[in-house]
Amino acid sequence: MPAWIEVALRVLAVLVAFLTLPLLVGQMEHKAMAHMQSRLGPMYAGGFHGWAQLVADGVKFVQKEDVTPAAADRAVFKLAPAVGLLPYLLVLVAIPIGPHGLVAQPFDIGLFFALAIVGLGVIGMLMAAWASANKYSLLGGLRGAAQLLGYELPFVLAGASVAMAAGTLSLSGIVEAWRPWWLLWQAPAMVVFFVAGLAEIRRPPFDMPTAESELVFGYLTEYTGLRFALFLLAEYAGIIVVSALTTVLFLGGWKGPFFDDQLGWLWTLLKVFALSFVVIWVRATYPRLREDQLQRLAWLVLVPITLGQLVLTGVVRVAIA
Amino acid sequence: MTSMPGSGLARGLAITLRTMTRRSHTRQYPEVKPDLPPRSRGVIALFEENCTVCMLCARECPDWCIYIDSHKETIQVAGAARPRQRNVLDRFAIDFALCMYCGICIEVCPFDALFWSPEFEYSEYDISELTHEMDRLREWMWTVPPPPAYDPAGETPKEVAAAQAVEVAAQAADAADAADAAEDADTAEDAQ
Repeated sequence: MPAWIEVALRVLAVLVAFLTLPLLVGQMEHKAMAHMQSRLGPMYAGGFHGWAQLVADGVKFVQKEDVTPAAADRAVFKLAPAVGLLPYLLVLVAIPIGPHGLVAQPFDIGLFFALAIVGLGVIGMLMAAWASANKYSLLGGLRGAAQLLGYELPFVLAGASVAMAAGTLSLSGIVEAWRPWWLLWQAPAMVVFFVAGLAEIRRPPFDMPTAESELVFGYLTEYTGLRFALFLLAEYAGIIVVSALTTVLFLGGWKGPFFDDQLGWLWTLLKVFALSFVVIWVRATYPRLREDQLQRLAWLVLVPITLGQLVLTGVVRVAIA
Repeated sequence: MTSMPGSGLARGLAITLRTMTRRSHTRQYPEVKPDLPPRSRGVIALFEENCTVCMLCARECPDWCIYIDSHKETIQVAGAARPRQRNVLDRFAIDFALCMYCGICIEVCPFDALFWSPEFEYSEYDISELTHEMDRLREWMWTVPPPPAYDPAGETPKEVAAAQAVEVAAQAADAADAADAAEDADTAEDAQ
């Protein structure tokens, strides 16, 4: 097989995953959250329990007028959704879903790549916030930036703990080095990584940048139609990315009870969807944190926990060696 | 009792998960008709055959939303000295845009020609179309449920209470008569 066909196939696979998995998570959010609130959720679109609701939403968003505010910085305003979406697409390239190189592009520094790229999402948000020429957008964007600054540190430190334990930065290498007892050993790091990941993708209860009761819709206030849909897609893609990273780093990726070689991709997907469900569950359960509580949680709780975890990881690692 | 930090968070998660496993409370209205409580005030139905055009309903209506037209007919009855006169209903309409569903017309109707029907799906696109005529009101008569069964916890119906009161009074009178008779007999004995 010529190299370019293989590259094209891998890129296509990532693109398909990028377009379908967020829709599945979105549908799960609609239905699971509805039932958690004793509702039914969408029931009409597509006929059977509203399975086509997000398709219908997409069609609706495409039909809507694409309004650009008169005072907006047009070029930046129009570019922002793409910039906000692209990092999540790029991260998917590096995430292994099965053994024997079942990954779009294996990187030796996969963890470094993933953490660096996820942080880029904030650029799109800041662009949207600044270019909208709206005070609510700007406030939302700055909140988002402050949030990212606070949570990037525990996020990276928790990832570093696993990298120390596995002795590699390659995501596939980390999964291969992973053993079930790491669940206990790396548990604090896992919790911190997941919570910081939620804050990183601005999911409730860390959705202060879009807090609709205070800031209209934060940096999304001025967006309509397809560009708004792209930001929504970025949010759901973010859920997939954070769940997938947590799976790969802390839950053993493709390692399941049996047939790891053949069914590795299935175990990975199952774990990703289970974690996505937790993301939705948390959203349906907890109210939004206040801005100062958000920073307090990051600096006074998560960072000390990860520092302790790093010490623990180092000690155990030396003891084993 | 000091609780473990985070136990409240766990309890919150448990509540949402438990709610998810239970049936949701959504009523799927257009597909599934709602269970209406008894004596629901949906719409006012007209039992045309009972109406004598006494106009009590139209006069008592606080909103003046009932429109009645009628004429008199003369009926020759064989063997009668004079011909009889009878009211014939030409139009009976209720403007449900004005009606406030107080039910006074139904209360005052002396001939049981007006009834509450639980039917509620009669919205229109124009406010003027909410004036419903006799034929529509008569059709709603078919949706009027039979009177609800007597509630065992409720107070005794007036008729029964009145009948019981008469019975008790009669018994008391009988007992008093008997006592009087006995006393008379006693005094007679004493006199002897």
